[in-house]
Amino acid sequence: MSATQHLRALEAESIYILREVAAEFERPVLLYSIGKDSSVLLRLAQKAFHPGPIPFPLLHIDTTYKFREMIEFRDRQAAAIGATLIVHTNTEAIADGAQPFAIGTQRCCGLLKTKALLDALQAGRFDAAFGGARRDEERSRAKERVFSLRDEHGQWDPRRQRPEPWRILNARLNPGESVRVFPLSNWTELDVWHYIEAEDIPVVPLYFAREHEVLVRGESLIVPEQSFVPLLPGEQRQRVTCRMRSLGCSPCTGAVRSTATTVAEIIQELVVVRNSERQLRIIDHDQDGSMEMKKREGYF
Amino acid sequence: MSGILRICTAGSVDDGKSTLIGRLLYDSRGVYEDQVRSVAAASRNRTSGPIDFSLFTDGLRAEREQGITIDVAYRYFATARRKFILADTPGHEQYTRNMATGASTAEVAVLLVDARRGIREQTWRHARIARLFGINTFVLAVNKIDLVGFDEQVFRGIVEAAPDALDGARVQAIPLSALHGDNVTERSERTPWYDGPALLPFLETVDAAGDAPSSSFRFPVQLVLRPDAKFRGYAGQIASGTIAAGDSVRVWPSGARTRVTRIVTWDGDLPSASAGMSVTLVLGHDLDVSRGDVLSSAPPHVSRRFAADVVWMDEQPLRAGRPYVLKHGARSVTAEVDRTLSLNEIGRVTVTAARPLAFERYGDDRTTGSFILIDPASNFTAGAGMIAEPLAERRTGLSSSGAAARLARAARVAETDDAAVTVVARLLEEMLI
Repeated sequence: MSATQHLRALEAESIYILREVAAEFERPVLLYSIGKDSSVLLRLAQKAFHPGPIPFPLLHIDTTYKFREMIEFRDRQAAAIGATLIVHTNTEAIADGAQPFAIGTQRCCGLLKTKALLDALQAGRFDAAFGGARRDEERSRAKERVFSLRDEHGQWDPRRQRPEPWRILNARLNPGESVRVFPLSNWTELDVWHYIEAEDIPVVPLYFAREHEVLVRGESLIVPEQSFVPLLPGEQRQRVTCRMRSLGCSPCTGAVRSTATTVAEIIQELVVVRNSERQLRIIDHDQDGSMEMKKREGYF
Repeated sequence: MSGILRICTAGSVDDGKSTLIGRLLYDSRGVYEDQVRSVAAASRNRTSGPIDFSLFTDGLRAEREQGITIDVAYRYFATARRKFILADTPGHEQYTRNMATGASTAEVAVLLVDARRGIREQTWRHARIARLFGINTFVLAVNKIDLVGFDEQVFRGIVEAAPDALDGARVQAIPLSALHGDNVTERSERTPWYDGPALLPFLETVDAAGDAPSSSFRFPVQLVLRPDAKFRGYAGQIASGTIAAGDSVRVWPSGARTRVTRIVTWDGDLPSASAGMSVTLVLGHDLDVSRGDVLSSAPPHVSRRFAADVVWMDEQPLRAGRPYVLKHGARSVTAEVDRTLSLNEIGRVTVTAARPLAFERYGDDRTTGSFILIDPASNFTAGAGMIAEPLAERRTGLSSSGAAARLARAARVAETDDAAVTVVARLLEEMLI
């Protein structure tokens, strides 16, 4: 088996999904979260509609707590591709002081991510929203359809999922319903990095190891970009060579110790690593079945 | 072309499917240590042995609470030899539709049997569904062999009682213990009487190629790309066969002849392309080609009528004469069937579509031979269909005057379902005379 063959099959399947959405829905939008999966999704969208432009806008839900480098990268990429970028923030909640250490991670995610997302989708009257989620990321995501049906509140009901035989996608919606679409459903983390390498796709530099000033909390290295991240008793900032394996909000996403400075070295590291990429995403572990609960509420 | 083996697992409740998959993932390093730790903690209250592997795959809270698999879970793992996409499907009869979903894209089915209980009704049912969906390579995994003392006679008895549905298929029977790992990744010393391969080595090497390389070129048009006045291309994924720039093709259902002048991709034009690839074709003539048309090198069957095997997946039964939305390739049409099916029932029906479709028999091509039926009221994906046989079109009102719409109207104004069936049956009869 050649790795390239495997990647080409995944690519062709994703392009098929992107085109199916463009053909069947009135107002699609691509949820652009700036991470590696979004970068791959963006490249696939360029390929799907070539020689035409990407026929839908990008939407970024900005909690304002994302890493600074992510925002710089986002603006650079959108300009380079010539895509329309919509940025939405729950400014009301931010003004009320929403941040994870003040109101807890669950409420913070609920307001700054889920609510902001649902508001933005409603404001744009988007009937299909692409996301970069993969089934291999988390066990409730393993149950997702390619077309994930959401009710008028954007909520997911795992018991109401439509069967999805073959690759025939049912795009029919009842009034108020929408779909979340996952073209990368069948990709793994390793596939994503192999593809980034094969295609030379730009990614946020935070994925590559360098020295950061961090707070060491167990296995998690927190980069204190936000002033509200409290220093625990006896804790002090240390300089550690590390990289981000998954990108989210800086207070809630830990870096891992690593010396990988190239995509090839990241792949090498993943082949031997024994922990999953979402391990240091605090929000996945704040209660049992965390991701499933968030998804039911309307999160991706 | 895939470089990926797609597997589905099937079997009865409690035969240990999820445990087997958890074991495969664990042993092939398809799960990570933090996931192992999180399930090790959750395993303590349950009594499945040292570590409950099924907790890797039962992703929903209701599943973990009830200890059963409700929905299809897709799992990904790779060995040095191959990549695998595995659909873990529910054993419980009420979730048969998910079994069908898992089987629809799989090349190999792993059929689990509990050594203590032998072949059961669900085993037959799953074998039949898998066969119907075109799977011809099976593993008969006789699990929990440790619980019958690694007894060869028990294993032989189960192999002999294998479902008739497996006749003519390639079947590898393997005695194993998912919980303890016997014959999963390597041959177990505890079954010295078994001289076949362990499960993972079998899956790594089995040749279950779907499409014959000789099959002809078929390309359902997904999207017409017209970014400017100069360019007009037809985007889609090649269902079967190969195409080269310069090849003649015909457009179906119209039958118009043309030539492929360019095969366009983001990475540059290609001289040729083959099954599975997503490309954009430029044609030599200015034809009226739209989404849902099929480009092909050999003539497909073109008809409004065909016989099909349908798996019914909706609690609302399939009703004869009621209009459904049929999605086939990139085309959606109104269609009706001639008989009733209830939830989880599988039956041969005659389908009459409002417009002609270009298709192959499912046995010849899984892509252009399959369709779904959508309930137009709920929009639920209610049926999965496999085309068995084209049927001659009769000279009926269906061919020209919007018969489906007329029937639909008649059905809608009927007071009860029974009245609708009666009025539609009568109307149809009138049209057919």
